[in-house]
Amino acid sequence: MFYREAGQFKTSYATDMAIFPIAQDRWFVLLAVVFAFIGVPLFAGQYLYTEVLIPVLILSIAAIGLNILTGYCGQLSLGTGGFMAVGAYAAYNLALRVPETNIVLVFLFGGVMAMLVGMLFGLPSLRIKGFYLAVATLAAQFFLEWAFARVKWFTNYAPSGSVAVGRIELFGMPIDTPDRKYLLVLALTVVLALAAKNLVRGRIGRMWMAMRDMDIAAEIIGIRPLYAKLSAFAVSSFYIGVAGALWGFLRLGSWEPLAFDINRSFQVLFMVIIGGLGSILGSFLGAAFIVLVPIFLNQLPYWIGIPLSTATISHIEFMLFGAMIVFFLIVEPNGLARLWATAKEKLRLWPFPY
Amino acid sequence: MLGPILETLIGGLLTGVLYSLVALGFVLIFKASGVFNFAQGAMVLFAALSVARLSEFMPVPFAIALAVLIMIVLAYAIEFLVLRHLINQEGIILFMATLGVAYFLDGFGQTVWGSDIYKIDLGMPKNPIFILESVFPGGLLIDPSELIAAVICAVMVATLAIFFQVTRVGRALRAVADDHQAAQSVGIPLDHIWLMVWAVAGIVALVAGMMWGVKLGVQFSLSLVALKALPVLILGGFTSIPGAIVGGLIIGAGEKLAEVVLGPLLIKAFDLAGGGIENWFAYVLALLFLLFRPQGLFGEKIIERV
Repeated sequence: MFYREAGQFKTSYATDMAIFPIAQDRWFVLLAVVFAFIGVPLFAGQYLYTEVLIPVLILSIAAIGLNILTGYCGQLSLGTGGFMAVGAYAAYNLALRVPETNIVLVFLFGGVMAMLVGMLFGLPSLRIKGFYLAVATLAAQFFLEWAFARVKWFTNYAPSGSVAVGRIELFGMPIDTPDRKYLLVLALTVVLALAAKNLVRGRIGRMWMAMRDMDIAAEIIGIRPLYAKLSAFAVSSFYIGVAGALWGFLRLGSWEPLAFDINRSFQVLFMVIIGGLGSILGSFLGAAFIVLVPIFLNQLPYWIGIPLSTATISHIEFMLFGAMIVFFLIVEPNGLARLWATAKEKLRLWPFPY
Repeated sequence: MLGPILETLIGGLLTGVLYSLVALGFVLIFKASGVFNFAQGAMVLFAALSVARLSEFMPVPFAIALAVLIMIVLAYAIEFLVLRHLINQEGIILFMATLGVAYFLDGFGQTVWGSDIYKIDLGMPKNPIFILESVFPGGLLIDPSELIAAVICAVMVATLAIFFQVTRVGRALRAVADDHQAAQSVGIPLDHIWLMVWAVAGIVALVAGMMWGVKLGVQFSLSLVALKALPVLILGGFTSIPGAIVGGLIIGAGEKLAEVVLGPLLIKAFDLAGGGIENWFAYVLALLFLLFRPQGLFGEKIIERV
């Protein structure tokens, strides 16, 4: 009744090609963003910011990045953690060595460095695909993890091997409270998500999808695999690098390479699978799901009164994620995003389904 | 100088045998069903945990027998609950499904069996032995349990080779590996074959898990050690059993030698905080192989037809 595009005529090419062609979608997204900027700070507390909102938003950026590579271009990557580490350490080094740099530029620099490294490790994708590529990206993961643990220059010769960021400022305003961090992350997330949404519906996005669906056919209709695949690696690594920088600066504050180990790669991959391969919205849903489930699991024993050790909970978490992945791949390969789309279809016909 | 390097080489080769054992499980499943089984490492851990914990209650041979049974049940469960529903899906989807299985098994194994470090005592001799004392001053140091592992591995490969070449089931397995549809059309039941392959891979995982368990103790890191089998596969080729063995030996020896020979050079050149090249050497070697010879040493050339 409320979600119906009847009467919304597209009278120009511009409206036909809009990002959100249906007015209700447009309003919904706009309202969600406005709510996130204005509504959330009215009631959110410290815990909600640091444990839920900030991680979800940052990991959404990483998930969007991986989704561009895996979901849109069909190149499986297990090196997400390594590329996040590149972003984090590059940003750390820029902030350390050129202290007066604007913090947003610092994050973008992290993204650009990750982009370069990502393109380097993406080169094998021109010859191999599928799980061969997964192994190649695994090489990136282990090599980068090792490099940041061992090369002293990256960590500024810190004896413990962990690095800590100093004061973060944006235009003279210190970013030190959770709500300011949240707003900064949110602003970046909105910009990056919109950019990604735009990319994937344009020429370059279609190129990626053609590559994913059948690379040989794509090549025959004139898509250069070198350009298509490397651009996917570049854009994807950029997003992941920015996410890594944000994770280090605004979520952790101080970190060591272990924060970006292979489990991080799997975590982001799971977000993409559960959220929905080839969907920007799915990246958000997946990130929210993967961040919220452990929190929920940790609370659950208190609620039902069975005390479980944290070790047991983390094992159950492993089991649950594993089972979820298999479940989603079997029942709903397109993930939560597809469920959302189905709900919208239903809503369109409601309350008269015939 | 030659003595220590030889010693490292032998140690590396013996470790490589263990990598081969894990890789063997991958190859078996990949050949027969085209599934790239990421859960092989988790299966190794699960099997080793089962043996380690069961042997606390009963004599080791019984524990092993029971663990074999558990692995067969596990193979059945994976076939019934996961693979059956994903027939005709793309390889990459199946791969991600096994990733899920791997996570599940890691969590499940540790929930059921506990997550401490456990010991498997197979009664193997522990004291290192020295060989070739006449050639080198002090001789070469060798761990007998690794030597035994190598022998077991050789026996295992020989058994598998005979099983594949001679028996009726083996012939069916090879037929399925060649072409699913053709095999099905001459009356080979695919699901039975897959069940069989997963069970065999589970038993291979059990052997690998016990060997690793003797060497390192049974703990979560086994699951990650098993990831090293991936570069082994790339080197050897995904479809080749001899490839898995040779690849394992090359990786095992290569990474130990790299640590000893290349490590100090790198530390000096880049001012590193310690070595640890072992952690990535295998993967980067595999990466180079992928760039120049994607099918590996013994694999079939990947030809794509439209």
